[in-house]
Amino acid sequence: MITFEGVSKVYPDGTVAVEQLDMELPTGELTVLVGPSGCGKTTSLRMINRMVTPTTGRVLIDGVDVAGQDEALLRRGIGYVIQAAGLFPHRTIVENIMTVPALVGTSKKTARATAVELMERVGLTSAMADRYPVQLSGGQQQRVGVARALAADPPVMIMDEPFSAVDPIVREGLQAEFLRLQRDLGKTIAMVTHDIDEAIKLGDNVAVFQEGGRLAQFATPRELLANPADDFVAGFVGRDRGFRSLSFDSAASLDVAPLSEVTTGPEQLVLDQAGRPLGWTGAGLGSTASPTPTGGAFQTTDSLRLVTDLAITSPVGVVVRVDEDGVADGVIRHTSLMQQLEARRRREVDPA
Amino acid sequence: MIQYLQNNVAVIQAALSQHVFLALVPVLIGIVVSLPVGYLAVRFGFLYHPLLNLSGILYAVPSIALIVLVPTIVGIQILSPLNIIIALSVYTIALLVRVVADGLKSVDPLVTEAASAMGYRRLRRLVSVELPIALPVMLAGLRVATVANVSLVSVGALIGVGGLGALFTRGQQLDYTPPIVVGIVLSVLLAAVCDGIIVLVQRRVTPWTRAAGRIAA
Amino acid sequence: MSDGLLGYLLDPANWQGGGVRASIPELVLTHLWYTVQALVVAAVIALPLGLYIGHTGKGSFIAINAANAGRSLPTLGLIILLVVIMGLGFGPVLIALVILAIPPILTTTYAGIRAVDPAAIDAARGMGMRPLQVLFRVEVPIALPLISSGLRNALLQLVATSTVAAYVGIGGLGRLLIDGLSLNDYGRVVAGAVVVAALAIVLDLLAAGTQRLVVSPGLTGRIPKRQLRRTAPAAPAPALAPADGVAATTSTPETSTPAPASSDRDGASS
Repeated sequence: MITFEGVSKVYPDGTVAVEQLDMELPTGELTVLVGPSGCGKTTSLRMINRMVTPTTGRVLIDGVDVAGQDEALLRRGIGYVIQAAGLFPHRTIVENIMTVPALVGTSKKTARATAVELMERVGLTSAMADRYPVQLSGGQQQRVGVARALAADPPVMIMDEPFSAVDPIVREGLQAEFLRLQRDLGKTIAMVTHDIDEAIKLGDNVAVFQEGGRLAQFATPRELLANPADDFVAGFVGRDRGFRSLSFDSAASLDVAPLSEVTTGPEQLVLDQAGRPLGWTGAGLGSTASPTPTGGAFQTTDSLRLVTDLAITSPVGVVVRVDEDGVADGVIRHTSLMQQLEARRRREVDPA
Repeated sequence: MIQYLQNNVAVIQAALSQHVFLALVPVLIGIVVSLPVGYLAVRFGFLYHPLLNLSGILYAVPSIALIVLVPTIVGIQILSPLNIIIALSVYTIALLVRVVADGLKSVDPLVTEAASAMGYRRLRRLVSVELPIALPVMLAGLRVATVANVSLVSVGALIGVGGLGALFTRGQQLDYTPPIVVGIVLSVLLAAVCDGIIVLVQRRVTPWTRAAGRIAA
Repeated sequence: MSDGLLGYLLDPANWQGGGVRASIPELVLTHLWYTVQALVVAAVIALPLGLYIGHTGKGSFIAINAANAGRSLPTLGLIILLVVIMGLGFGPVLIALVILAIPPILTTTYAGIRAVDPAAIDAARGMGMRPLQVLFRVEVPIALPLISSGLRNALLQLVATSTVAAYVGIGGLGRLLIDGLSLNDYGRVVAGAVVVAALAIVLDLLAAGTQRLVVSPGLTGRIPKRQLRRTAPAAPAPALAPADGVAATTSTPETSTPAPASSDRDGASS
């Protein structure tokens, strides 16, 4: 657990970077610090490994004040990932990853073996081990940065905009893989980003900071979307938060109508021999031989957000549900969907 | 010291003017030769390494050796001002070829592509786009070459043609410091003035570099 | 005429030791000895100073302008001045040689350290390296291309200056030049010039070879061919971020184009 107790940071010229911060980052969870430029999120992050010293207050890791420890030894126990990767260009990839194990005295053989294993874990091939950073793409360099931070298996990691220096497609891939990694490793992670969508996508908890270094809200992503603490947070989170909050609810809770509803009538669902949906046929639609495509189907494991999106894009306002083999097992009309969402909202407001 | 200065104005003046001549002529020759050679090194890729390696070798050779070897090759008198000029020109060309080549190479290929796309033909593009962009690097190299030349001319005193170097040998023969000090001071001042002139020219001719400096500040 | 001029160089008697005059090999060794001595002393002074100024940023004015100022000092003048003040002998000459060799080493060492990517330094500190570890395990290796080019520059300069210094009576290959000039024995003069030129070229090649051995391939881009099979999209060389105004203010090609020091066979700039 990482705790901020009454922490503030005021620079000699009077700038207040962080103002009276009290925050607890739970063990084994990924907390994302997010906010506009100048909100103090990076400064706060860097106080965890003492790259910045607080003007007042204390930062504690598992109850121990970081100020009391040897700087270098403290940092060797905290994984550190920065935006520009900061790889050492004069060392090979594997040597880069072995940096902290070498500092703490691990044998070269063990360190190298761990490094190669980590490389594969972050999605690099072991063939790249003896390459130099200059030969790698931006996305690959970021992966090395993450591997390097994990090398000494630190319980705590801090990451400063780790994915923002790459293009959106690469970023999405890195985010997904990082989530998978964190599921396996369960480290206590503090991450900074300026991208609220990334924060909501990755974080178990989100801390929203405001200009001037004030913590505006600390909540789970779902809570943040459902109940922003004030106008600033609501504005920062964005206007379509209602729609986005549907990402957190599963489609398993939906009631669907049986397939028989769409086998007769003006709009009919055309299935293939295995029972998988092919498309719609009927007035204004394609023929039975070449029906209008459905545009997609959902499974019970998908989110309500997907179902809603499908309802909007469906040519007939009906969404098909399929099982794991892709066989259709129910449908839901957009009207029914909206009624169920409304009922759900009323239940949340008034559980009685 | 003052007395020395008062009594020897003519000698000092003669030395200084010879020095200026011997330092600046090689610089001009160097510019005139290195621009096309440097351009060729970049234009024809297969020439780059040979030309630059040759420059490197010539630059490594101590100038006093060049001063003495040039007449043997060319067939003129060893004790002649022409040797200083030829030797220093070789040295300056060797330095500037590399500077010109690297300056041209440092121009962002996207810029030259854009210029071609806008309809510039090769020569016009070179003169209007590539050279101006490469100028800061080349002028920086020119400063080095000029200052080095001013300093090297005095070595010519060993063959009796050294501009201010004559003051050094004079002082050594007479075991008398004032001419030496005067010679050093004038040489350093001359170098500083030449350097300053090039800096002023650079500011006039490449105003965008100053603007960039301000933004970055 | 050319037969006469090459006579001294080709006469085997001048290559054997034990005579009244120093043989050519003996002169070469003396010359090397002067050069190495001065290089070591200059490096011992200028390297730590350059590292300190580059690392802390204090006194950068000196480091940036040292090379320019040093270059404008007339070598012959400085040597003669010191000899007239301090007397004959190698001592004053050594001082002059060192004074002239410090500036290029100082400026390029400073420039090299300043050019190190701040992200790499931040990462090193954040990972738990102590300040000296950051300096010697990260900053110096990354700055090595520039630092070594400064040393190479200084080496060549010392070979040249040691030749000129023979004017005040010390040994070395310059002896052939100076004595030859005063005796009108131009064969001797040519011999001295040819040998010193050859010596300079050989030392330059050795320096280039050493650079190649010592500097990490990840910095120069000289990746062994077998690794180049797969074309990875080129990432910008991560460490050598443009130095803060150093390239502009030092006005030395040493920072943008180390002119003598990187004319190595395969053309990769150091």
